[in-house]
Amino acid sequence: MADDGMAINQPADGVLGRVSDLLFRRPGLLLAILLGPPLIWIGVVYVGSLVALLVQSFYSIDEFSGRIVREFTLKTYAELLRPSNLDIVLRTVLMAASVTLASALIAFPIAFYAARFARGWIKGLFFIAVMLPLWSSYLVRVYAWKLILANEGVLNWSVERVGLTPLVDALLSMPVIGGPSLSFSYIGTFLVFVYLWLPFMILPIQAALERVPGSMLEASDDLGARPGQTFRKVIFPLALPGIVAGSIFTFSLTLGDYIAPQIVGSSRLFIGQAVYMHQGTAGNLPMAAAFSMVPIVVMAIYLWIAKKMGAFNAL
Amino acid sequence: MRFRKSRSGAPLKLKIGAVAGLLFLHLPLLLIFLYAFTTEEKSYQFPPPDYTLKWFAVVWDRQDIWDAFGLSLKIALIATGAAIVLGTLAAGAVARTRFFGRETVSLLIILPIALPGVVTGIALRSAFDIADIPFSFWTIVLGHATFCVVVVYNNAVARLRRTSPSLLEASLDLGANGFQTFRHVLLPNLATALLAGGMLAFALSFDEVIVTTFTAGQQTTLPIWMLSELVRPRQRPVTNVVAVFVVIITFLPILMAYYFTRGGEATAGQGK
Amino acid sequence: MPTTVRKPMYDTEKDEVSPDPAEQVSAVELSGVSRHFGTVKAVDQVNLDIPEGEFFGMLGPSGSGKTTCLRLIAGFEQPTAGHLKIFGDMVDGLPPYRRAVNTVFQDYALFPHMNVIDNVAYALTVRGVGRHQRHRQAMEMLELVRLGGFAKRQPAQLSGGQRQRVALARALIGKPKVLLLDEPLGALDLKLREQMQVELKSLQRELGITFVFVTHDQGEALSMSDRVAVFNQGQVVQVGTPEDIYERPEHRFVADFVGSSNILEPELCQRIGAPEGVWSLRPEKIHLADQSVSREDGVVTVSATISHVQYQGSVRRCVLSVAGHSLSLSVPSAVGGLATGQSVYARWNLDDMHRMVP
Repeated sequence: MADDGMAINQPADGVLGRVSDLLFRRPGLLLAILLGPPLIWIGVVYVGSLVALLVQSFYSIDEFSGRIVREFTLKTYAELLRPSNLDIVLRTVLMAASVTLASALIAFPIAFYAARFARGWIKGLFFIAVMLPLWSSYLVRVYAWKLILANEGVLNWSVERVGLTPLVDALLSMPVIGGPSLSFSYIGTFLVFVYLWLPFMILPIQAALERVPGSMLEASDDLGARPGQTFRKVIFPLALPGIVAGSIFTFSLTLGDYIAPQIVGSSRLFIGQAVYMHQGTAGNLPMAAAFSMVPIVVMAIYLWIAKKMGAFNAL
Repeated sequence: MRFRKSRSGAPLKLKIGAVAGLLFLHLPLLLIFLYAFTTEEKSYQFPPPDYTLKWFAVVWDRQDIWDAFGLSLKIALIATGAAIVLGTLAAGAVARTRFFGRETVSLLIILPIALPGVVTGIALRSAFDIADIPFSFWTIVLGHATFCVVVVYNNAVARLRRTSPSLLEASLDLGANGFQTFRHVLLPNLATALLAGGMLAFALSFDEVIVTTFTAGQQTTLPIWMLSELVRPRQRPVTNVVAVFVVIITFLPILMAYYFTRGGEATAGQGK
Repeated sequence: MPTTVRKPMYDTEKDEVSPDPAEQVSAVELSGVSRHFGTVKAVDQVNLDIPEGEFFGMLGPSGSGKTTCLRLIAGFEQPTAGHLKIFGDMVDGLPPYRRAVNTVFQDYALFPHMNVIDNVAYALTVRGVGRHQRHRQAMEMLELVRLGGFAKRQPAQLSGGQRQRVALARALIGKPKVLLLDEPLGALDLKLREQMQVELKSLQRELGITFVFVTHDQGEALSMSDRVAVFNQGQVVQVGTPEDIYERPEHRFVADFVGSSNILEPELCQRIGAPEGVWSLRPEKIHLADQSVSREDGVVTVSATISHVQYQGSVRRCVLSVAGHSLSLSVPSAVGGLATGQSVYARWNLDDMHRMVP
């Protein structure tokens, strides 16, 4: 120990000690060891896959042999621009937009209450109450709506009880969004999406609202603003980054989803389904890849706009 | 409705709106529970004609369900393990040191969960195709581990940021080398965060279906089994019973993860 | 000594009280030590020589480099230039766990997941000392800091003062040759602070090891240290005993930072007939007289006008205007009849003036 008059400790730790000394002298080496494995993994596996995806979208499929032709071509993208395919894209984007809007509307009261009025254990309860559906099984949640929306299911049953059947029928007979039944219509798909992504919208809005000091609202009150004005001029602008942050999730998730429309929806395709279908039995990977570029590009643009609006601070 | 923080609490309309929203979130799941006990086999009739426990027994005897469950479990465990190791390493690098490209690294790690599952799935599929890798157990694990890393990473980073640097310095100062410091000081402080991250990663992997369908080939995980049942239903209550169990299996880790990380700034789950 | 291009702002060589080189090796020696962070010079060519057994204070405002110096000694930073020796051994590049130096941190840094006795015994745990023995030694240390009954408590259950004592015990158990303390009394309230000052002093005397502490509180530095190094902008301005620093400041900065001082500029000296140069004059050395007393050798007498009087409880602070310059002094409150605009005479001994570097 230090009794021998030396300034230097030499604890008996052998190899590990020497390695530790080395890493101490060379912090760069330590960083490389820490960062190496995850980066290699993400870099090779994930980024590599994304590159592979991009590459695939420039390949094409030979219609006769069904094999992938590994030569650079824009044929696949040209296919993508065909009206039937563009329809799919448009359909998906419109659905994403309406889902985003609806979830923002429904999420806001919940987020507002949780941010401004929930205290103590109620706050924790709210948090768990929002988190649980978020993390519990995606498939089960979609399935739940199949149950609910089935013709013999609970929604129709309650509608009949309350006498609102004509309303539902009217909705279903509407040109685009209607269908033979709730579970085979865009309305059904819409409901499922809103349900699925609602927690993603609640949490960022709540976070953004929590950052609004209560004194600001009271000041607005003091200065004579009516509640509506306070909302429009103070609360809403401050909550907006949170709304945009939440919308990133709802938009992105809707763009890519292929299971919900398959289980609850019309037989017309969404982007996700198109991707799945093409890569499946058809083996048309290039087409699937080209289709999947659409959400990526759309989200890239969306994220760029969101960043400009400061949404990333709310995440 | 005034916005003053009154002692009487929130205005009634707001309270109703908030509660209604929460009910909207939770009722569907409760309905699944209800349907697991129905006697009606061929449809989703509401209200259920009668109640029974027999479907639980039926599920118990179904080997295909047990196989799928076992596969999901194995995948989830291995993917979680890999995620914990990789996530902790990355967090260790990013949380403290400032280095060139740090923001990029953070972004890269978050990317697998930020991009839609379909993109991750088809990207992996494209890669396997170009590299001529056949589908297998390991292709599934590869996909799962990749997006599970970020969950552990977020929890680890949050915990590391809350750990005072002087704790590590104190340990070094008192004679512990880097490895001893990790073992005696850093790891105990990280333990619950890693546990929470691990549980979330487990739940995430166990439930994952989108990426899995792209990377699975002939393998059937429990979600894949469920998906095929949803598209072509055979015995609906059987599916409901399985659904109930899936909910419980993903429910418990979330609760535990929340319990482990509450009281901190970043509570588990916010990374999703 | 450094032969670098840039001359240090302050030349401190002549202030060092160097022990007889033949007799013993300094506990801590810094030669030309610099620590740069990019373009920022946190520590700039510092030379320090701390003999064994000294209670050494490093005083300065925030950002002056004193804490960085402490961390250099401890091993958490490595010098960009210069050398560090501890008891004659070069420690450059040596990690903290290989130096016989331990630190008491400003926030105490007690391990939250261990109880008090495990915290204290930590240095022994990592050396592989058996449980029974290290607990025994830890209890001894706890008795030393008078926390014997707290062994099983958790750090979160302790008060600030108690945590500090645990941190002390923990740092001392490994029998370090040098103990470093980073702003040890900053977080304590006044009463506790005064008590700890006495306790730390007696502890150090009892143990006989070198203590080096950092503070921005000049009162603390003056009352506890055997010698003080005053830091400013990364450099050591002056090193000396507390009395040296206070009575004989070499530079404006020291005169200003340590206590308050009047600085007599050359032109004022000229006007009042004082010798040439820049002088520091402590306020308490100035006395008021109401008429010109006969001239005395070695006494400076000037006529002045009171420009400001401030009641401060036990004293009144007076600001005088002398030939366009201000002089500050304190008078006991019992002295009455001071009014703004009043003409008075101020006098002080020549010897009480201290020449500073211009």
